[in-house]
Amino acid sequence: MRALRILLEKEFRQIFRDPSILRLIFMMPIVQLIVMPLAADYEVKNVRLCIVDFDRSSYSQRLINKITATDYFQLVDYTDSYEKALVYVEDDKADLVLQIPSSFEKQVIKEDKSTLFMSLNAINGVKANLGGAYLRSIIADFNREARLDWLQLPRFSPQPTIKISSINWFNPTMNYQVFMVPGILVILVTMVGAFLAALNIVKEKEVGTIEQINVTPIKKYQFILGKLIPFWVLGLMILTIGLIISRVIYGITPVGSLLTIYVFAAVYLLAVLGMGLLVSTFANTQQQAMLLSFFFMMIFILLGGLYTSIDSMPPWAQISTKFNPVAYFIEVMRMVVLKGSTLIDIKMHLSIMFIFAIVLNSFAVWNYRKRS
Amino acid sequence: MKQFLFFVQKEFYHLLRDPRTMIILFGMPLTQILIFGFALTNEVKNTRIAILDNSKDPVTAEIIQQLEASRYFDVVKNIKSNNELEPAFQQGIIKLAIVFPQRFQYSLLHENEASVQMIADATDPNVANTLSNYATAIILDYQNNMKGQVEFPYTINTEVRMLYNPQLKGSYNFVPGVMAMVLMLVCAMMTSISIVREKEMGTMEIILVSPIVPIHVIIAKMVPYFLLSSVNIGSILLLSVFVLDVPIQGNLVLLVSECLLFTVTVLGLGLLISSVTDSQQIAMLISLMGLFLPTIMLSGFMFPIENMPVPLQIVSNIVPAKWFYFIVKTVMIKGLGFKYVWKETLILIGMTIFFLVVSIKKFKIRLE
Repeated sequence: MRALRILLEKEFRQIFRDPSILRLIFMMPIVQLIVMPLAADYEVKNVRLCIVDFDRSSYSQRLINKITATDYFQLVDYTDSYEKALVYVEDDKADLVLQIPSSFEKQVIKEDKSTLFMSLNAINGVKANLGGAYLRSIIADFNREARLDWLQLPRFSPQPTIKISSINWFNPTMNYQVFMVPGILVILVTMVGAFLAALNIVKEKEVGTIEQINVTPIKKYQFILGKLIPFWVLGLMILTIGLIISRVIYGITPVGSLLTIYVFAAVYLLAVLGMGLLVSTFANTQQQAMLLSFFFMMIFILLGGLYTSIDSMPPWAQISTKFNPVAYFIEVMRMVVLKGSTLIDIKMHLSIMFIFAIVLNSFAVWNYRKRS
Repeated sequence: MKQFLFFVQKEFYHLLRDPRTMIILFGMPLTQILIFGFALTNEVKNTRIAILDNSKDPVTAEIIQQLEASRYFDVVKNIKSNNELEPAFQQGIIKLAIVFPQRFQYSLLHENEASVQMIADATDPNVANTLSNYATAIILDYQNNMKGQVEFPYTINTEVRMLYNPQLKGSYNFVPGVMAMVLMLVCAMMTSISIVREKEMGTMEIILVSPIVPIHVIIAKMVPYFLLSSVNIGSILLLSVFVLDVPIQGNLVLLVSECLLFTVTVLGLGLLISSVTDSQQIAMLISLMGLFLPTIMLSGFMFPIENMPVPLQIVSNIVPAKWFYFIVKTVMIKGLGFKYVWKETLILIGMTIFFLVVSIKKFKIRLE
């Protein structure tokens, strides 16, 4: 016990005597948490539209007015050359080109039928799909109005219509930040924990001080615990700061209890730190440790469902998230912060995380060699 | 010159004598391109939804059948009552619930109007929106087909052409982004530790007492990583074309030279980090934590830049990956020529010069 206390004292001194690292550990997550969620706006809006009007009739004018009246589309240019419009798309200045054929008005009135052409930049498939669908619905609306101009209402036999009402649970204002902030906080806590823990033992190896520890009677588990506890405390501190920031700046108060978050985070940090320590027992230089932990972190983070939904991944990737601690924490954070889930709701996640923590840490202790 | 070559040789030995790092450096970009090329998509498909059918008539049966047939949805069968909805949402079992009221068919056929309720889990507003849109489209489709094939007067049709990506594949958007990200992070990290490491290990002193000039030290540090990155670029492009089916529409020479230019830019950034820091840990924290999120979030491949607040849009201009992402998208996917990317190329060249000049200026030839 005494040995452990002395080890802890050493580790804390080491951390606090390097102000530049300390600054980085705290400032970077804070700045990123303040800035990044502002960038995370997925909503498809500001679709930039270019209209090619060969008709220039009162009908085409009405249609264009109807489209630009929505704040969904930004009219980039109104032109009469398709080539010119295409250049906008090539330059990435427009996402959508709507082409109104010449004699559009005449065709609608005299031939009962006309066709509009829409070209979309489909590299970002989601934006193309939603923007296109929205434009089509505006055109359909316009079509209905135009029909009413020519047909008397009664002649229009009543259509059976299905009315759809939507309710958005848990986040009625559809605020994207409420969704992103908890996730980004998870990433920051994870990165600090995993990277620092991974670098720490390796640094002792590289600098040579590990020899000194190896010749002392300190037990392997004491050594690992001595490394683990300081970063565990740091991780929880960053989590606390992060929660305060999301409260103060984004006005996010978890619906569920803070206790649930902390209980899970405590176990989660053990798992993440265990992973970092495991990496550091494998690596010989800080460079290797960093590359290895970065490799895993990047996969864990990008496949963890922060940016893209896990449900839309291919089956093998979905299975891989079962072994991804980051995915569990992101899910739990969102469940607690947005839906108010309790410890009982997340008991599965919690027990899996326990297993992760135990397996990773015992592996790290086992793999740490006192001999070189 | 000979001195410089010796120095390059030394750097090569450094790299080649550390096979673990070499394996990681070659393996990492490839695995990442593969994993993310296949797995990253912001399409919504196979989402689990619940359908509560309180009417159980032929009409609802048909609508449900169409919802089930859609590749967007995966209907969870065992949710049978309103009370089960809330826990199902809370445990994350379903993302959307569609509720048909009693006597749906009767209302629809006799009162000409029936209502459906859709409850979405809006924790992820994007997914919620997309899901309700898809479900609405399916139901409206059914409604329109009910009318039969009657031709309406005064009909305006819309013909849609999908430019550049007719099959709407997610990988067309993600492959250029992942390329930018992988190159950016690997290159910056590698060089960012290279100078600091010599400082930390004490070998810097030996270099400083030699007659070699700072610019040679810095360039010699870049050469091995530059060659390594060129190999990586080659394999990434091969994988994109042959495994991920993302074709190179534009000029291959142009694309490769832009990739190499970007590599140099990022190597320069790494060196800059390296010459202003004094410990490997700090250099790595800056190059990873400092670059990771901004590269993902501000380069425009995850989140549209035009949606961001104006100050962030301005900040995004200093992220080299943003310009590179644009270039790759334009050349590789759209198949356009140099004419369309010269501005972005100039910006990258400017950044490269800036990074190199500053790191040479900041390179201290005296120990403190």
